[in-house]
Amino acid sequence: MRQERNNIFEGIDWLLVFIYFILVGFGWMNIYASSSTDETREIFDFSTKYGKQLIFISLTIPVIILILFFNSKFYEQFASVLYILSLILLVGVFIFGKTINGATSWYNFGGIGLQPSEFAKAFTALALAKLMSDRKYNLKLIKNQIKTFVIIFLPAFFIALQPDMGSVLIYFAFFFVLNREGLSLVYLLFGAISILLFILTIYFGAQPILFICLSIITLVTAYAMYKNKRFLRFNAFKVVGLYLFTSLFVFGIGYTYDNILEQHQKNRFDILLGKVTDTKGIGYNSYQSELTISSGGFFGKGFLQGDRTQGNFVPEQHTDYIYSTVGEEWGFLGSSLVIILFMLLLYRIIYLSERQTNKFGRIYGYGIASIIFFHLIVNIGMVIGLLPTIGIPLPFFSYGGSSLWGFTLLLFIFIRLDAHKKYDW
Amino acid sequence: MKRSFLLLFLITLIGLIYIVRLFQLQIIRGADQNPIQSSAIKIEYDYPERGYIYDRNNKLLVANQLSYDVMVVPKDVEPLDTLEFCSLLKITKEDFKRRYQKAENFARWLPSKFLKQLAKEDFAYLQEKLPKYKGFYIQKRIIRNYPIETGANILGFIAEVNEKKARTNDYYEQGELIGKLGVEKQYEGVLRGVKGKKRFKRNNLNKITGSYKDGKYDTLAVTGKDLTLTIDSDLQQYGELLMKGKRGGIVAIEPKTGEILALITAPSYDPNLLVGRKRSPNSVKLFNDTINMPTFDRGLQAMYPPGSPFKILNGLIGLQEEVIDKKFGVYCHHGYRYGARKNEFMKCHCGITGRPIRLKTAIAKSCNSYFATTYKKIIDKTGDPKVGMENWNKHVESFGLGNYLGYDLPAGRKGMIPDANFYNKWYKNRWQSTYTVSNSIGQGEILATPMQLANMTAAIANKGYFYTPHIVKKIDNEVIVDSAYSTRRNTTIDPKHFPIAIEAMHEVFTYGTAKWYQIKGIEICGKTGTAENKIKIIDGEKVQAQDHSILIAFAPKDNPTIAMAVYIENGGYGSTIAAPITSLMIEKYIKGSVTKKHLEDRMINMSLQKEYDKLIKKKDTLASGKK
Repeated sequence: MRQERNNIFEGIDWLLVFIYFILVGFGWMNIYASSSTDETREIFDFSTKYGKQLIFISLTIPVIILILFFNSKFYEQFASVLYILSLILLVGVFIFGKTINGATSWYNFGGIGLQPSEFAKAFTALALAKLMSDRKYNLKLIKNQIKTFVIIFLPAFFIALQPDMGSVLIYFAFFFVLNREGLSLVYLLFGAISILLFILTIYFGAQPILFICLSIITLVTAYAMYKNKRFLRFNAFKVVGLYLFTSLFVFGIGYTYDNILEQHQKNRFDILLGKVTDTKGIGYNSYQSELTISSGGFFGKGFLQGDRTQGNFVPEQHTDYIYSTVGEEWGFLGSSLVIILFMLLLYRIIYLSERQTNKFGRIYGYGIASIIFFHLIVNIGMVIGLLPTIGIPLPFFSYGGSSLWGFTLLLFIFIRLDAHKKYDW
Repeated sequence: MKRSFLLLFLITLIGLIYIVRLFQLQIIRGADQNPIQSSAIKIEYDYPERGYIYDRNNKLLVANQLSYDVMVVPKDVEPLDTLEFCSLLKITKEDFKRRYQKAENFARWLPSKFLKQLAKEDFAYLQEKLPKYKGFYIQKRIIRNYPIETGANILGFIAEVNEKKARTNDYYEQGELIGKLGVEKQYEGVLRGVKGKKRFKRNNLNKITGSYKDGKYDTLAVTGKDLTLTIDSDLQQYGELLMKGKRGGIVAIEPKTGEILALITAPSYDPNLLVGRKRSPNSVKLFNDTINMPTFDRGLQAMYPPGSPFKILNGLIGLQEEVIDKKFGVYCHHGYRYGARKNEFMKCHCGITGRPIRLKTAIAKSCNSYFATTYKKIIDKTGDPKVGMENWNKHVESFGLGNYLGYDLPAGRKGMIPDANFYNKWYKNRWQSTYTVSNSIGQGEILATPMQLANMTAAIANKGYFYTPHIVKKIDNEVIVDSAYSTRRNTTIDPKHFPIAIEAMHEVFTYGTAKWYQIKGIEICGKTGTAENKIKIIDGEKVQAQDHSILIAFAPKDNPTIAMAVYIENGGYGSTIAAPITSLMIEKYIKGSVTKKHLEDRMINMSLQKEYDKLIKKKDTLASGKK
C-alpha cells in the first residue's frame, strides 16, 4: 500500500467521466431547445429552465470534487449511516415536504426543491453492497434474504407512500444485483410470467385467462402423472399451491383493475394495449411525443429548429419527455446515438465492476448499472410509446437538480471506488 | 463474466429494440408523414357557407342563418367573478361548473364549446363584455333555416359531429357540424364545401409569430354547392297535409326519369324544430317517440305486404312465361281451394260467379282465385317448384323489389321477395306451390317499401323499364350526370304484355274499385289493395287492427308523368283512403289545383288516431299524434 494520495483524480476512469459530460452537455442543449423561445435566447438568464439547469450542472463540479475527495473506504464504512440518513430524509418529507402534483416528495430550500428519493437510490445501492460484501453473507440463507429484502423494501415503501410509483419501480432493478450474486433466474422467470399474466388479464378479462391457466396446469399435471404414476404423491402440495396462487393472482388483478384502479390509471394501460385509441384526450402525451419523434426523420430538423418542440406540443418536454426533443431535432441519428452512448456507459460500468478486487465495489457497480438501465427502459420506452406513462427522469438528461445530482452521486461514487482499486494495485 | 451475461444481454436487447422502434417511427412512419401535420403550427379555419337546397321549381327549401357560440380554452382561463359571469351568460353556477368541467375534461389546451347558439341580442351585449374574461371568446357559426315547413325526412338536419367521428375522421374537428339523415347526410361532401385553412407558426408561448412558410400551404375555403332536388315541394306539402292524423308513406316518381317528386312519411315534424338551441330538447322528444316514430321514414324504411297491386306483377309474369294468355279464364267460386282441409281455402270478393274471369277483369276486380291459379301455374311450370320459384323470383326482382334500389338517400330497406332457398330452409326441402300461394295476392312472405312499390308502378307505366329513383336533380344549377340514374333498367317482362295490364288498371279507375275517384280530363290507371293485419294480443286482449289501405297509380295513361304508391297503415280498404288521396295528389300535380274541395276537406280531417290507440298498451300515456 502506498501513502495517502495527493491527487484526487488519480486512477479515475476518464472514459466514464467523458461519457458523463457528453450526456449532461447534450441533455442541457435539449433542455435549452425545449424551454427557450425566440424572445429568451440569453443563455445566462437564470429565471428560465435552461438557466437553472446550467446552475445545477455547474454545482455538480463541487459535488464531484467532494465525492472524489473522500477515500473509498469512507463509502464502505459509512454506507449504513448514509442509508439511514436517506431513510430519515424520506420520512421527513411527509412532515416538512411540500406537495406538488399530488405527490409529497419535495423539500423546499429557498425556492430550490430537493427530492430525497433521487439520492436514496445511491445510498440503497451502497447499503446493499455493504451487506452483501460481508464475508459471512450467503444469499441462500433465509435470514440474509430477508435482510436484503428489507434494505430494498424500506425506501421503496416510503416512496410508494408519497406516492411516486415510477421511482418505486426502479427498486426492482436490484434483482440484477441479486442475480449476479447468485439468486436463481427462476425468480425472473416468475416475474416475467406474472407480468405476462397481468397484461393478458387486463386485455382479455380475468375469467378467460383464469380458465386457460388452470387448463394448462391441469394438462401439465395430467401429463406428468402419465409419465410418472407417483408424480402426485410427491408434488400434491405444489400443484395445489400452483392452482391457488394462479387463481388468486389472476382474480386479484382482475379485481384490482375493475374495482380499485382509478380511471386515469386504467386509461394508461388501455391506450398502451390498444384497447382504445385516443389522440386528443388522455393519450395526448404519448401521441404527441410519438409524432414529435417521428417528425424528426433521419437527420432531424436541427438544433433549435424543432417546431413541435418550440410549440410546447409535448407536455413536460424538458423533464420526463426530454428524449422527444432529441428525436425531433437530432433525428434517428441523434436519438440512436444517445441510446448507444447509454449502452456504452452501462457496458463500461459492468466491465469495471467485474474487474473490482473487492465484492463491495462489484455489487455497487452492478447496482448503479441496473438503476440507470431501468431508468432508461422506462423513460425512453414511455417516450417512444412502448410503455405506459410512468413519470421518471432520463438520467443526466432531464431537467431537475435532484435528479442530476442523484445520478452524479451514483456514478461518481463508483468512479471513486474504481479509482481506489487502481490506486491499490 | 458468465454471471454478468444476463444484464449485458438485456442491455443489448433493449437497446436494439429501442433503436428498431426509432427506425420505425422516424424512418418508416416519418417518411409518409405530412410535414404540415407534424409541425407546430396553429391552424385557423375559415368555414364556408353551406349550400342551399331548392326544390325542382327553384323554391328555396333550406337556407342559412348566423349563430354565435361562446368558446373556452381552459388553459387560458384566469380566476374570474363566477357570479357576474353567470348572470352575463344567463346560466346558473352549477351549470357553469358542469360546462367548465366538461371542457376541461375534453382538453385543457384546445378550444371547446362552452355555450351554444346565443340569441342575437345576447351576442351584441356579450361581445363588449367578454374580452374581460381571458380564455373565453365568441365564435360565429352558420346554422340552417327552413323557409317552408316540409320534407323533414328528405332534408335531414345538421348537428355537431359526434366525438368518435371527430377523433377518427381527418376532416372534422370536435364541435363542427355534419349532415345527419336525408339529403344533408347523403350530400354532405357537396353541401359542406371545404373549410379554408390558414397556417401560422407559433412559438412556445403559443403566440402567432407569422404565417407558416409564407402561406405556401394555406388553402382557401370552397363554398358549399347548392342542391336542386327533384321534389315538387307543393306536391310534397299537399301530401303531408292529406296525411294529417294518419300513418304511412307516399312516394311519387316521374316514370320517364326516375325523379322522386314526393316522399311523404307521416307522422313527420317541422324541420325548424331541429335548429338552434331548441334542437336538443326537441331531438330527444322526436327520436325517443317510439310510438309515432316521426323520424322513421315510412316511405323508405317501412316494409309492408304489398297486397293486391302485386297481382299485376303475377299476371305479367304469367303472360311472359306463357302459362296464361289474354283469353285464359278461371271460374271463381267465392275463393280458391288449395287443399283438402276445410281451412285450406282462400276467399275471394270479386263476386263474379258462373262465367270465366279473364286477366283484365281479374285485375280490375282483384280476383284472388285467378291469381292463385296463375301463380300455381308459374311455379309448377317445369314440374319442380324450386325451379319455378327461382324463375318467379328473378322476374319480380327485375322490378326493383327485394333489394336496395340504389337511390341517393341514406335510409332504406331491402324488402323481401322469397326464393327457393328461403322455402327450402323453412320447409326443409319439402314444399309445393300451394304452400306459398299467399304470394299470388301480395301477402305471405312478400314485403316491400312504398318506394319500391312506386318504382314498380313506374316500371309498369313505362311498359317494362325504370330508372333508378333519385332525389337530386342539379348541383349548383348543373344537371347531374350519373350513369346510375340515367341508365335504363329493363324488367324481364316483354313490353308487349303491358298494355292489357294498363288497360285493366285504367278500368280500376273507371268501373273498378276506385271508380268514385276518377278525374275529368286525366286518365288515371291504378290498383287498390287491402293488406290484412294479423291479430295482435295487447294487454291480454285480442285486437284485430284495421287492414292497411294501399294504392298504386300512374297518370295520364298515355305518356305518364307521375307514378305513385300510397300506403296508409290501418286505413281499411284501399278504396276508402288511399284512392282519394292518390286522386287528389294526381290532380294537384297535373292540374295544379284541386276541384273536389269537399273530398279534400274530408281527407284532411280524417284521423285514424282511434285505430292507432287500439295498438298501444296504456291509452292514457299516449303522446298525441299531431304532425
